[in-house]
Amino acid sequence: MSTGYGRIARDGLWDNNGVLAMLLGMCPTMAMTTSATNGLGMGLATAVVMAASGALVALFRGYITQEVRIPVYILIVAAMVTVVDLGMNAYMHDLYKVLGLFIPLIVSNCLPLARLESFASKETVMRSLADGVFMGLGFTLALTAIGAVREIIGAGTLFADASLLLGPAFKFMEMRIMPESMGVLLLILPPGGFLVAGLMVVGKRMIDVAGGKSIQMAGAHAV
Amino acid sequence: MNKNSSIYHGLVLGAFCLGFGLLLALTHRVTKEDIAARAMEDRQNSLSAVIPDSIHDNNPVTDTVTIKGGDGKELTVYRAKKGNQVTGVAYEISGIGYAGPIKLMLGVGADGRVLGVRALAHKETPGLGDKIEIKKGDWITRFTGLSLGNPPVEKWKVKKDGGQFDQFSGATITPRGVVGAIREGLAFFAANQPLMTQQTTPQTANPQISNEVR
Repeated sequence: MSTGYGRIARDGLWDNNGVLAMLLGMCPTMAMTTSATNGLGMGLATAVVMAASGALVALFRGYITQEVRIPVYILIVAAMVTVVDLGMNAYMHDLYKVLGLFIPLIVSNCLPLARLESFASKETVMRSLADGVFMGLGFTLALTAIGAVREIIGAGTLFADASLLLGPAFKFMEMRIMPESMGVLLLILPPGGFLVAGLMVVGKRMIDVAGGKSIQMAGAHAV
Repeated sequence: MNKNSSIYHGLVLGAFCLGFGLLLALTHRVTKEDIAARAMEDRQNSLSAVIPDSIHDNNPVTDTVTIKGGDGKELTVYRAKKGNQVTGVAYEISGIGYAGPIKLMLGVGADGRVLGVRALAHKETPGLGDKIEIKKGDWITRFTGLSLGNPPVEKWKVKKDGGQFDQFSGATITPRGVVGAIREGLAFFAANQPLMTQQTTPQTANPQISNEVR
């Protein structure tokens, strides 16, 4: 079975979105969406790990036997996370100071593992790389969207501290939507993560239904 | 070899472990020096924020003395000197926040006044407790210039506890932890000033610190 690149992109970004359709990777989704910037950073780091580990698994898929595939996948994901962790610490230190605490958590995210098992283990290197990139970007999109809603309603800002993450050139992204005193603290605290993520999932399904798509499709297409 | 034997599976897994182990060792080797350099820069930055450049002509990062801290563990004291005279010291203090310890760097002048405080590490709620970071607000700068007599010790508390320091909206526990840590840090300085500013490196005598101010 081979999948076209357009399909891979659509799947990753919307149809089979890791968070909004497959409901995978909920731990970083809840923990890292207190602001849009945090969600964006965590999403991008995850995308790098997913792309690298997807390509590696596809490259070695002829050698990985069925019986030991799970430990090998975990090994590859953990190794990629450590490489990203060390590399960012050494060469992107400012970014590392913001995200460093959360990079190791990518190992425990089931989304990369699920994509290795269901996609990279049977596809070519290029296609697996594309799947990693688009699934990662879809993850980034979902995290940033959830983070944006929580941040706007909870703290009144949008993309606060984005310049710490992306560099001074992105200062223009930092916005104040409403006064801080109007913020609803609940949205920043953990329950807010569940509320907003749940509503986003509902929202995505409503759009899909309105567009005439059957909801079962997305579920059946997943792992 | 038979591809279905368990030995073969073991060898495959072993080969991957070896390969990625080597990759990690290589990455570590390549990045080690850069990471150490970054850590040094961080230390330097956090020190220069709590010790003004104007009061020293030495490098406080390397001019240290180790004494026994308030918690019984070793405490590294960074010292600012001008003309071989200790003009200020900086050391790590920690308070209990909402989500675990808050580590701070405290700079104290020879006269016992706060030269500056900066948060080093904490796990406070983003958007609430993290306003103690200089990046997120100037709350932490309000301590500069204050000392244990100004305000009086009993006023070294957040307003909710009857003190004089503002908590921020939605977070009381974090500022309470920070104010308490600075108060104790200053008391520690008052009790240990001779040890912290002495010229020769001491062998951790026994500064049985009387931490009466709690």
